[in-house]
Amino acid sequence: MALTRRMFLVAGGLVGAGLAVGWALLPGRDARAALAARARNGEVALTAWYRIAPDGTVTVAVPRSEMGQGILTGLAMLVAEELEADWAKVRVEQAPIDPVYVNATVLMDGLPYDDGYHAGERTAGTWLVGQVAAMLGVMATGGSTSVRDAWQPMREAGAMGRAMLQQAAAATWAVPVAETVAEQGRVRHPGSGRSLGYGELVAAASRLDPPATAPLKDPASYRLIGTAVPRLDIPAKVDGSARFGIDTHLPDMLFAAVRQAPQFGATLARFDAAAVQDRPGVVLVAEVPNGVAVVAGDTWTAQAAVDALPVDWQAGPHAGLTDARVLADLLDGLDRGEARSYREEGDPDGVLAAPGAAPVEAEYAVPYLAHACMEPMNTTARIADGQVEVWSPNQAPTLVKWLAQEIAGVDADAVTVHTPFLGGGFGRRAETDVVAQALTLATLTGGRPVKLTWSREEDMRHDMYRPAAVSRFRAVLDDAGRPRALVNRIAGPSVARAFIERSWPWMGMDLPDNTTADGAGDTPYDFGALRVEHVTRPSPVPVGFWRSVGHSYNAFFVESFVDELADRAGADPLAYRRLLLEGRPRHLAVLDLVAEKAGWGQPLPAGRARGLALHKSFGSIVGQVAEVSLAPGAGLRVHRVTCAVDCGQPVNPDSIAAQMEGGIAYGLSAALHGRITLADGAVVEGNFPDYPILQMAEMPAVEVHVVPSREPPGGVGEPGTPPIAPALANAVFALTGRRIRRLPLSPAELGIG
Amino acid sequence: MVRLTINGQAHDLDLPGGMPLLWVLRDRLGLTGTKFGCGIAACGACTVHLDGVAMRSCVLPVDSIGDQQVVTVEGLQGPDGAPHPVQAAWIAEQVPQCGYCQSGMVMAAAALLAEQPAPDDATIDAAITNLCRCGTYGRIRRAIHRAAAARAAPAGKG
Repeated sequence: MALTRRMFLVAGGLVGAGLAVGWALLPGRDARAALAARARNGEVALTAWYRIAPDGTVTVAVPRSEMGQGILTGLAMLVAEELEADWAKVRVEQAPIDPVYVNATVLMDGLPYDDGYHAGERTAGTWLVGQVAAMLGVMATGGSTSVRDAWQPMREAGAMGRAMLQQAAAATWAVPVAETVAEQGRVRHPGSGRSLGYGELVAAASRLDPPATAPLKDPASYRLIGTAVPRLDIPAKVDGSARFGIDTHLPDMLFAAVRQAPQFGATLARFDAAAVQDRPGVVLVAEVPNGVAVVAGDTWTAQAAVDALPVDWQAGPHAGLTDARVLADLLDGLDRGEARSYREEGDPDGVLAAPGAAPVEAEYAVPYLAHACMEPMNTTARIADGQVEVWSPNQAPTLVKWLAQEIAGVDADAVTVHTPFLGGGFGRRAETDVVAQALTLATLTGGRPVKLTWSREEDMRHDMYRPAAVSRFRAVLDDAGRPRALVNRIAGPSVARAFIERSWPWMGMDLPDNTTADGAGDTPYDFGALRVEHVTRPSPVPVGFWRSVGHSYNAFFVESFVDELADRAGADPLAYRRLLLEGRPRHLAVLDLVAEKAGWGQPLPAGRARGLALHKSFGSIVGQVAEVSLAPGAGLRVHRVTCAVDCGQPVNPDSIAAQMEGGIAYGLSAALHGRITLADGAVVEGNFPDYPILQMAEMPAVEVHVVPSREPPGGVGEPGTPPIAPALANAVFALTGRRIRRLPLSPAELGIG
Repeated sequence: MVRLTINGQAHDLDLPGGMPLLWVLRDRLGLTGTKFGCGIAACGACTVHLDGVAMRSCVLPVDSIGDQQVVTVEGLQGPDGAPHPVQAAWIAEQVPQCGYCQSGMVMAAAALLAEQPAPDDATIDAAITNLCRCGTYGRIRRAIHRAAAARAAPAGKG
């Protein structure tokens, strides 16, 4: 989900400083303009991030997509904390598209490790992408960046507004600002007992020059940050009133369904529109990017017609492709092909080749995975009177806007993009394939809005998949079992490169892609001499950002192999990790906490065992202990997962817990069931019975422990996912002695099928 | 012409034969609280009540409904507008994340409690086969227990 990490190899100097504080962007332009246009009923936009109404209601404009992570609430809390707003009067809305809301962190995360190995490439890539990013200010939600990115600017926006409100009150009362106090949406003057509400002050405050700086609160005085504030979006999500993208319902609206080339790389040869054109309710049949669509008076009629439409496809270069052949190609990459290094310390090859070294070797593999958002891909578009309006549950509204401009042939100011709630995103909704199709149809409907909804089968067979990937470890241990050298060679596609080639083919340069080595190149363990390298093998299957991206497989590879080394060393997995984490206090604290809470080392009922994994991703360290059993007939059961997370300063502990629970469930679906297979160049699985996701009966008891911290916040949307697969596999080893090196944990893999 | 009674209101509709209730609700009536997830009754996002029983509306032809009462998530609250105990419990436990499956979950849970006032975890696991991709299952179990307790409490104390 790190949306554009490779594309935006952005120079810190070029955009970092300016973008970190929204105020400084685009000199000469009032950043508040973005929000002022929306002011009604006497509201005033005091900053680019919120308006205040005469009755004191504060409406925070949240520029990130709400896809379940609670971001509307989390980011509003940052503003309200420093503004000293009355939380009961805080409302949220989706921010408009404006460069002031650029996600700088998703750009900065694209920088390769500061290892000196890619300095030349970084300079080259940086210049071009930096230009693009700085000019266009891409808004995106992904890479667990939202809180990390907003932490400074949204708190500062709150603090600056508070300072201006206090200044306005002080001027009204002719008292020194220092004698005023802001709290609960009012400015008070304790000396005289006077007070004014923010709604009464905001008009005067908005005429003041924003202060150059506004002091931020001492964390010890936080009232909201660090507390489990109930989420603002939840009431609407239990009574049917929440509007997801797919719920867009407009007057005079049409409904569409699509069929896409089943085989990757195949193209539309011909279709017989006449066969369905005259069905009652059918409006039109038309070619769209990568397929053919029917527009009708309702979705069901459109779907039935497109299903019945006679279509011929022209086979492409991947006819006959199977997942076995993809795997063989990846394994070949472990033997040959140029690798790019993501970490290099000492001379591991020398240690491995030394006489009598007896290296420990292991190979791991994971399959393609689908995102399977519960809300199938959809977009609604209307092109009328030179104006384009798009309602799309998306993670990158700026990209949606660019596409609308291109397809409708209009200027940026003729496009409005609405981002309703997302029924799951997980990286899939950073893609714009369905948006292009809906816009294409909207050019044909004579100004009527059209909503395109993919069937579940289209959604599953036309995903941008989590790539299949493989890894080979070779390590040498000393007599005490401590690693002296380790080489981790990974092979797989580059997600970032695939994303760029889809979106901006002219930018498809061969640059390092951190996502391929995320969680491996930056391993915290002391392995002695170390090299982590990646061989890029282009994927015939489109690949995309999938919750935790490279971490989703590298955590499985690394944390499983560390367990293998512990076993070779005859050491307890917890003790062994502690040994290799000397000088890593935050990792050790998480490890010790999760071990303590899980009762590591304590006796278990017969037939149960525990497995441990620890992984840092997106700025947060997560440790998990899984407790499993394996019974004849019942298969593998996960009874309990204990999770500890150090995500820096916690903003909303209950949202953090929910994201850990969700990340674990998402990872469990993948570890237990997830596998997308290919036959004749097409995806076999089409719906939930073929691609099972975790069910209620499989959900373990999950307990989450959040480490208290004043460090800057880390991400929480993704870090819960990577550790669960290795924790599970390590538990299976502890239970059965069988080492799991391939996912999913199918009965065959478990030796019970 | 088909007559449907939805959330207490009668609708006379001219519909193609065999059209599933889900698409009548969503595309014809704009009742979008009921969701499309899989189209084959596998995920439960489209769950509604038919005379109080949970049904998956994506495979339920409207012609088969007759005079049975349809209730959707929009009609679950009490006549006074008070949230159904399940909805209140869902908010108290902060269940939804993305929220897409939750209409169906709430409807399935409400139907379960109408049949079994105090289900244990095993009963919940067996009865609620709806799918959630955000991993809210643990909170759903807690919320169902909470709603069961609220319903069991004497009036005025719950």
